Amino acid sequence: MTDGTDTAVRVDGLRKRYGEVTAVGGVDLEIRRGEVFALLGPNGAGKTTTVEILEGYRRRDGGTVRVLGEDPQHAGRAWRARIGIVLQLTAEGPELTVREMVGQFASLYPRPRDPDEVIGLVGLTGKAGSRLHKLSGGQLRRLDVALGIVGDPELLFLDEPTTGFDPEARRQFWKLISGLSSGGVTILLTTHYLDEAEALADRVAVISGGRIRATGTPAGIGGRAGRAAMVGWLGDDGPRRVQTDEPTRVVAELGARFGGEVPGLTVTRPTLEDIYLELIGDTP
Amino acid sequence: MSTPMTQAAAAAISSRAAPRLPGVWRAGLARVRLEVKVFFRDKQSVVFVFSLPAVLLVLLGSIFRGQAAGHGMSVGTLFAAGLIGSGIASTSFQYLGIGIATERDQGMLKRLYGTPMNRWAYFIGKTGLVLVCTMAETALLIAVGMLIDNLRLPTSAERWWTFAWVFVLGTVCFSLLGIAISSVARSARSAPAVIILPFTVLQFISGVYVPATLVPPWLREIASFFPLKWICQGLRSVFLPQHAVALEPAGSWEHGRIALVLLAWIAAGLVLCLTTFRWRTSRDG
Repeated sequence: MTDGTDTAVRVDGLRKRYGEVTAVGGVDLEIRRGEVFALLGPNGAGKTTTVEILEGYRRRDGGTVRVLGEDPQHAGRAWRARIGIVLQLTAEGPELTVREMVGQFASLYPRPRDPDEVIGLVGLTGKAGSRLHKLSGGQLRRLDVALGIVGDPELLFLDEPTTGFDPEARRQFWKLISGLSSGGVTILLTTHYLDEAEALADRVAVISGGRIRATGTPAGIGGRAGRAAMVGWLGDDGPRRVQTDEPTRVVAELGARFGGEVPGLTVTRPTLEDIYLELIGDTP
Repeated sequence: MSTPMTQAAAAAISSRAAPRLPGVWRAGLARVRLEVKVFFRDKQSVVFVFSLPAVLLVLLGSIFRGQAAGHGMSVGTLFAAGLIGSGIASTSFQYLGIGIATERDQGMLKRLYGTPMNRWAYFIGKTGLVLVCTMAETALLIAVGMLIDNLRLPTSAERWWTFAWVFVLGTVCFSLLGIAISSVARSARSAPAVIILPFTVLQFISGVYVPATLVPPWLREIASFFPLKWICQGLRSVFLPQHAVALEPAGSWEHGRIALVLLAWIAAGLVLCLTTFRWRTSRDG
């Protein structure tokens, strides 16, 4: 396990304390180049602290961290040019237009993307000449993304990007992130929306109490794929449910019994939410 | 196959291999342009920072029009000299103090810190902004003073020289103190309280609104620890007739002391800036 070119982020035994409180108590992570990696966890789990250490905003107390091959604590401007950080703007920002804002940030990078192209990519072309305070909340968040990607980063950090979005705005946002990912950008996303992780992430890690509880694909994390399935249908005396390791056999038997369509048939595995709640030790 | 197209492509590839970070001066000048643009677009800064001293000068000049301050000098000229000093502090100390606290609170500083920007470019931007605004502010106040109360531009080279160094030392001093006090304010909302109250008190005891001779000695004593009194005193020596020196509590313009006090505050301000400047709020940890 070396820092090969296919590893974007490598974290071993990361620790961070604030006074008496241990925020991060030994986190290990490996994020591969080109993947979308979601860090899931409740508030106070250590998500933001971990990400801010990776972004070079905070110093760690222990462990090793490599981001794009460098230690963020000592990395210089050339390293900053290779990462993008999406932060949240407030509506009371400076009296600048969208185009001026994106242009300003573009000018700080050695090989930025074309500001107008980036504005188009986040769907703000019609608002390019508008001042920041004229934008809606969703439009501001898309501007945040524009500012994060205008430097053409290899690695993009997104900390809870869709908090406060309505469902349609979230779908649009997800499309934007998927587009960036297919363009080859490695993305580290933190979220507490499980559907967001499921829709976007190639792999997820669940963090709780400052430790990683499990890592895997959204479909397979916590042994999710191998868990017993639940088969449900509408029997003569109401809804029926059976837990089984062989759902296909159960469905075939039901099909034979009903002689065709099984009324109200469902086959479900534990949802990501079920697994998540189990992992963070909050099973109801 | 050596068409211009492939040459351009080759150049693009080689520049990708060795990307050059934007230089500090280019980034700094770009920030100056942006800062000045933001300043003059923002109603708050145009009204409260830029126009207020001129409005006060018009008001005070009109109220005391024709009244003599003694020694054949009008009160309006005294106010003009004082308000030019206060104007310098307004566009440097007050604007930077509140402006930077607000940028920090809104996460703009954190955001810039996350980019490959050379950190000094930010301070070059602020320096340029203060220079442009303070010069414009001073020109405006001199013009208003000339219009309403026969303020006269200095006629001797010696007075211009005094004006130049008082202006430069005063601006540098108040800019550094403005940057330093921005870290005292914990949020954008508390910044005006932290900054405007002490600034207003300082203006009253430093001879801006009330002639220095009318300020009780113990308050004058307090004022003499701060830079504003010395800047105003220097400006009076520039804009008032020579015989007005008789109105000075010290009986002299004290140019040497003015320079010393301002240089001491510049040194203190620089140390404070270098040791306390934060790119993030304390809430950010």
